[in-house]
Amino acid sequence: MPKKPATPKGLTWTIDDADRMTSAEIYGEVLTKLGHEHKDLVALTADLAGSTKIGRFKKDHPDRFFNMGIAEINMVAVASGMAAAGLTPVLSTFAAFAALRAAEFVRTDICYQKRNVKIIATHSGTSFGQAGTTHHCTEDFAVMRAMPHMIVISPADMYETAKATIAAVETNGPVYIRIGRSFEPPVHKDMNFEFTIGKAIKLHEGTDVTVIATGRCVAGAVEAAEIAKEQGISVRVLDMHTIKPIDEAAIMEAVLDTRRIITVEDHNVFSGLGSAVADVIAASGKGCVLRKNGLQDEFSMVGYPDDLLHVYKMDADGIMEAIQAILKMDFEKDEDWEDEV
Amino acid sequence: MPMKPAEKRKLEDIALRIRESIIDTTLACGGSHLGGALSQTDILVALYYKYLKIDPKKPDWADRDRFILSKGHGGVGHAAILADLGFVDPKELKKFNKTGSPFGMHLDCLKVRGVDASTGSLGHGLGIGIGMAIGARLTGQKWRTYVVMGDGEQNAGPVWEAAQSAAHYKVTNMTSFIDRNKLCIDGEVEKIMGIEPLADKYAAFGWRTVEIDGHDFEQIGEAIEQSFAEKDKPFMIIANTCKGKGVDFMEDKAQWHYAGLDDETAKKALASLRKGHKNA
Repeated sequence: MPKKPATPKGLTWTIDDADRMTSAEIYGEVLTKLGHEHKDLVALTADLAGSTKIGRFKKDHPDRFFNMGIAEINMVAVASGMAAAGLTPVLSTFAAFAALRAAEFVRTDICYQKRNVKIIATHSGTSFGQAGTTHHCTEDFAVMRAMPHMIVISPADMYETAKATIAAVETNGPVYIRIGRSFEPPVHKDMNFEFTIGKAIKLHEGTDVTVIATGRCVAGAVEAAEIAKEQGISVRVLDMHTIKPIDEAAIMEAVLDTRRIITVEDHNVFSGLGSAVADVIAASGKGCVLRKNGLQDEFSMVGYPDDLLHVYKMDADGIMEAIQAILKMDFEKDEDWEDEV
Repeated sequence: MPMKPAEKRKLEDIALRIRESIIDTTLACGGSHLGGALSQTDILVALYYKYLKIDPKKPDWADRDRFILSKGHGGVGHAAILADLGFVDPKELKKFNKTGSPFGMHLDCLKVRGVDASTGSLGHGLGIGIGMAIGARLTGQKWRTYVVMGDGEQNAGPVWEAAQSAAHYKVTNMTSFIDRNKLCIDGEVEKIMGIEPLADKYAAFGWRTVEIDGHDFEQIGEAIEQSFAEKDKPFMIIANTCKGKGVDFMEDKAQWHYAGLDDETAKKALASLRKGHKNA
């Protein structure tokens, strides 16, 4: 058994071209660099080395790269076995195949057995718009958050993807990272921000409404907050990059400070981010109104990814609409917080 | 190396003890997968008492061989061996199926010492085994992986995804078995969903296959040793077995796939096992 290298804490090198790279290119690059430090890292894909960008790993580490062919189920089983042999497998395919086609194997072979496997699911939500519903995945939060031991991360842009990839490799146990097709606009300017699994990032301060967004919806939430500001509406934006474990403290702070919460996710509003937030609110006993933007229990249509963000009210326009609507909710008859628990 | 008669007799005696334990546990816990546990016993006994490099005192020993019972419903028989070897306290077997017990019908690798993978859902074990074997090879570890599948399990698609990947990646540090007892829950495998010609299918998938009598220790041993010598293709041993082996009224009867036993039936089963024992 080769000696495991000391785990580097945090980012020990910089991604020079981060601003010119997509999320997928970034994680491919990050993994490849991590592969030099962590000799136990192995990468697997299912005939999507190029599409998911995990193929970048092969260039530097050809003997630790495994293309498993169009057989995602077996890829998951093999990754479980590799982890049991002391390796740290990172597998990448489209979200629809990782989270749905291979779901029972992810549950039984990775989560149930607590195997140290990382899944990087690309083309999630409606981000592969033109490919149509078979290649969209608006159910993966629901599936993955129901699996004990699984950490579920949904980075907002390429910088967060880089940090999430590093955090996942440095965390022992199963991690599911969900990214889009990688044409998301950046939310951060550079890598200079704190990223901790399970801790939301406050991107905009506000006291009237809180928008809790995740993944490729975060950019629209920030844009909406700026538009709202011009209209005299104070909107807080939380980038909820970790769906599980969810940042309960940030949600409760939002409940107490704004009482009006909008969630935005490129996912069915059933059992995704909105439902995770609702769980926290309902258990708190505090009064709050919640609107969930995303797919309203319907299959997504074919279209350009940006158009679909608009259609399903996951862009700045749709979020502004929700902000206007939620502000009309009347709480005035009951401003006494003390009686609500 | 041909098996010495004394060694064969020793393994047969152990197999009787394991089958008795399966009956005892089933009586105590209300029900178990008797048929398949009895059919797989000789394969598992040959592995655990002659070939596997393991240490019951160090279940997590990094250099141990790995064993995956992909037909996880044989857990009651696997547990009998783990208890017999001292991985777990034999008294614990009485807790089988009880609320909060570490032992359910399908063994959990996080709860039962000596279990390398949690199985039960069919079609998983071969892929996991391939991952372990590739992992061992990649990191220069010398241990070997062993996988035992069921024959009904061959209906499951993931088995064939795994089979093609083992050939593609030339996984030769693994020995695999199919416990070919010819019965699944609903009846005869060939009538429910035929799997023949099974050996030809594996051969077409790039495997080396041998067919043996899965109740003959000499043949089991010879096949395992052949697998050590194979350096080019993954190795599949199709072990023809009898479901319910050793208990005359259970043999080749699908209704004993899963069943409970009362005192009277258990007594009859034990008597049948002892009567049929070659070294009695």
